[in-house]
Amino acid sequence: MSDFSTWDIIRNLLLAARWTVVLSLVSFIGGGVLGVILLFLRIGKFAGACAFARYYVELFQGTPLLMQLFLAFFGLGLFGIDVPAWLAAGLALIFWSAAFLMEIWRGCVDAIAKGQWEASASLGMGYFQQIRYIILPQAIRIAVPPTVGFSVQVVKGTALTSIIGFVELSKAGTIVTNATFQPFTVYGFVALIYFALCWPLSKSAQVLERKLNVAHRNH
Amino acid sequence: MSLIEITEVRKAFGDNEVLKGINLNVEPGEVIAIIGKSGSGKSTLLRCINGLETINAGSIAVAGAQLLPDELHLRALRLKVGMIFQQFNLFPHLTVGGNVMVSQTVVKKTAKDQAEGMARKMLDRVGLGHKFDAYPDELSGGQQQRVAIARALAMEPIALLCDEITSALDPELVQEVLAVVRELAAEGMTLIMVTHEMKFARDVCSRVVFMHQGRVHEIGPPEEVFSNPQTAELKQFLGML
Repeated sequence: MSDFSTWDIIRNLLLAARWTVVLSLVSFIGGGVLGVILLFLRIGKFAGACAFARYYVELFQGTPLLMQLFLAFFGLGLFGIDVPAWLAAGLALIFWSAAFLMEIWRGCVDAIAKGQWEASASLGMGYFQQIRYIILPQAIRIAVPPTVGFSVQVVKGTALTSIIGFVELSKAGTIVTNATFQPFTVYGFVALIYFALCWPLSKSAQVLERKLNVAHRNH
Repeated sequence: MSLIEITEVRKAFGDNEVLKGINLNVEPGEVIAIIGKSGSGKSTLLRCINGLETINAGSIAVAGAQLLPDELHLRALRLKVGMIFQQFNLFPHLTVGGNVMVSQTVVKKTAKDQAEGMARKMLDRVGLGHKFDAYPDELSGGQQQRVAIARALAMEPIALLCDEITSALDPELVQEVLAVVRELAAEGMTLIMVTHEMKFARDVCSRVVFMHQGRVHEIGPPEEVFSNPQTAELKQFLGML
């Protein structure tokens, strides 16, 4: 057994944590873009598109993220398509984030009083003008805190991708444990790194919520 | 030809028929008060004129423009008819000036400085020129409603629909809003207002429409309707007040 110093453990974990960060960013940004598209389908006027967005969300919120990862990784393999772990992980997390983000944002759009739609309509605005100038500016303000809050879920969600063999922070923890036989120390550090990633996000969601609320009251 | 022609308009929410064949012609410059019990269909009628509710049968035309449920026709009609709501419905993320400017710049593509000039003029008209940079939540209810009137006027409509515009106000704020409406009426603006302010209706309106169970039950000049009601329902309604 080779000797692992504490520094070796931390260094290896930190190197792997880069992939956790990258995967989180890709999932969050990709999910955000897809979420916006779904949102417009959902609140738009085409019944078919609206139903598609609704079923999409129900499907992805109604199944565990782990199953989605398995299906992306092994499912495509059944058709002879060789999916690398990073691709399966990225795709599954993007689809999963999109479902949740769209649902968060839809709630924010719904929270805008009906009178705002009616007043802007009575002034002659068309649907897209209403969205662009009246609804979204108000909805975005209330959407920021829960969106930042959800980013914490994305970071923690990336841990599941270790199961399909993507080497991020959790997987690195397992590998290092197998080499050092110090599970408590290693996973303790793993947890600390996750916390260091997530805590600032939670905190900033809180700060943003307070700031934007104050802004809404007094401008 | 009348300015607003409402012909045999019917509207139902599910099985509940709220408007059962309404006929009403409004001439330019007329001030119409619609009175009646809650549930008599008066607000629904007003909302139908502006296309906020789609009608099931009949027709509505404003200055020759037919009310059709597609966005192009609706927008053309809404440029002619402004609407003021019970709950003001100002845009909270914009300043008072921004509220009055946004529809001009977005819908009419008016240049910004021109829209600002119009906004200042209309805000002066309702006595709120000095509040141009304030946000709606810094204003009293009466002031907010006056901004809403300025916002509608800035689009230069040929008629205004007022849906119980003083009902959400504290009693001491009602008069400042009514004073603005009175002035508009004096200037010849065509107004259709659903109201509970009977004294105001008597003083300012050219005709009063009494609605009962989805029909126009009585209609006539205010002195006739208020002093000499023909039907038992109107007598009862006026007696209640």
